[in-house]
Amino acid sequence: MCICLMKPGLPGMPHKGAAMTTTLSALPAAARASSQPKVKGVQHWSNALFVLPFVLVYIALLVVPVVTGLWLSLNDVDVLSGDRAFIGLANFARLWHDDIFRGAIRNTFLFVLMTTPAFVALGLALALALNRQDRVGTALRTIFFGSSVLSVTIVTLVWRLVFMTDKGLLANVMHSLGLASINPLTSSALALPAIALVTVWWIIGLPMMLFLAALQQIPEEIYEAAAMDNAGRWRTFWSITLPQLRKTVALVAIIEVILQFQLFGQAQLMTNGGPNNSSRPLVQFIYEAGFQQWALGYSAAAAQVLFGLMLIGVALQMWISKRGQTQSGEST
Amino acid sequence: MSARQHAGRRMGDHLILAAVMVLALLWIAPLAWVFALSFKPNAFLAQHTDVVLGAPYTLKNYTDILGTSSVFRWIANSCIVSVTQTLLTLVLCSLAGYGFARTAFPGQKALYVFVLAGLAVPEQAVVIPLHRLFADLDLHNTYSGLILPRLAAPFGVFLMTQYFKAIPKDIEEAALLDSTPRWKIFLRIVLPLSIPAQATLGIFTFLTAWNDYLWPLISASKPDMYTLTLGLAATQSNFAQSEGIGYLMAQAVFAGLPIFVIYLFFQKHIVSAVAGTTVR
Repeated sequence: MCICLMKPGLPGMPHKGAAMTTTLSALPAAARASSQPKVKGVQHWSNALFVLPFVLVYIALLVVPVVTGLWLSLNDVDVLSGDRAFIGLANFARLWHDDIFRGAIRNTFLFVLMTTPAFVALGLALALALNRQDRVGTALRTIFFGSSVLSVTIVTLVWRLVFMTDKGLLANVMHSLGLASINPLTSSALALPAIALVTVWWIIGLPMMLFLAALQQIPEEIYEAAAMDNAGRWRTFWSITLPQLRKTVALVAIIEVILQFQLFGQAQLMTNGGPNNSSRPLVQFIYEAGFQQWALGYSAAAAQVLFGLMLIGVALQMWISKRGQTQSGEST
Repeated sequence: MSARQHAGRRMGDHLILAAVMVLALLWIAPLAWVFALSFKPNAFLAQHTDVVLGAPYTLKNYTDILGTSSVFRWIANSCIVSVTQTLLTLVLCSLAGYGFARTAFPGQKALYVFVLAGLAVPEQAVVIPLHRLFADLDLHNTYSGLILPRLAAPFGVFLMTQYFKAIPKDIEEAALLDSTPRWKIFLRIVLPLSIPAQATLGIFTFLTAWNDYLWPLISASKPDMYTLTLGLAATQSNFAQSEGIGYLMAQAVFAGLPIFVIYLFFQKHIVSAVAGTTVR
């Protein structure tokens, strides 16, 4: 539901305190310097009243639905009559043989493979170029991050207009270059790459900002030493910057894998999965099975597959941040 | 470093900056193109979309939006949903964060782990059960139906707990010795210190709610209950037969501009909220 990285150095994790004081931390200095975590006082039942309201909402609207979803995925549900029959893993077996579902899985993986490297490489490149304190840097950062605040429906509206057959901005540019124009959204080879391009355009700001924050944590002395050695731009990047950013690169990659696995709005609004099912992602499959064909059990089963894939992603993410934590612990 | 190397390096810096500027122009080109053409008559756009600057100009696309569409209703819905969701999230998460970070009660640790486990649950895994639950409770096409599901997201609790843990303990000690009730300590002493975290969580929650698409699409089927994000999707669905390109462009500008202006004003906070919450 929400991406959250338990990255070392977040407020309240004292072991890395000093390194995280830059930019993103909104903590007051006093709070940051503190290494004392808790005033516990006396254990008392009444203290649980603080957490009770949230826990009730959490159980009712998250825990119960997760369990119900698992149960539904093992059932055949008829929405109209309200009939329900336990069918074990039959829904999953049917998914396994469903060509549209397999296509959706394939499209989702392809999309993740197209976008994640772009987010990492372009995000890092932009961060390196825009890691400057002047106005130009600020203005350019504003531009690259700005599109992230737009909603998916605005973004897709703008890009559908840009890709419009014969009249879109893309067609205009291609005409003026003397090329035949094409609407990528109507081509089964280009639809998914076009959606990937739009997605990168939309939210490149996030990886860029994460890399910028990480860049600002690299100690200045390391660069000074490199300057003394007359190390060139490339050598400085490969031998200093990149090794220092190794953990951030891994984290950005995993954030993006998890985020992009959930592709839905862009595909649904721009191509509706077409042409020829070439751009239907997994979440759209879940949506269509559940809310257009009203095959609730079947849709719930597909949702469990997504859930499982994302759990693998989250586990990887925790494993990497933990490894990063011990590494940085050793180095200090 | 020799003077020549130095000059070479500065040259390189300039080249890189120039390249990034070109890329930035490409980046804003789609938005600029849509913005410029939204001021042109539909009849003109049916013939040319390659004339960006120059006559004819018109405001008709915008007056059409104001006169005919439900866009104001959708904006109002979006405001109601986003603001309420943000406020409720702040209340629930601050209380829970304080409870987990600064107090002690039996079973606290286990409960915290139980709550954090929810971070791994993707929204899509629960939409079908939630849809059934809300249908049983007759909550679809209501504000509560749009607001409630995201209140269960444990992310805010995690953020607030981490924040409260980092506040020095001596701040509370004196009050605790005086046996001041916990809720008073929370309200008067600890809560005011957490304003920065409230801002981060608030901005993040507001933007997420404002831009949310999947749940409103599932829960709100009546156009009267659409949020702005959803309403724009509905007008796109008849893209080919719509009232004209200019009208669509004006809609994109009309819906996007307010949030973009807010972004320009609160840029620093928004960036740290979005980037910061992801890192934490």
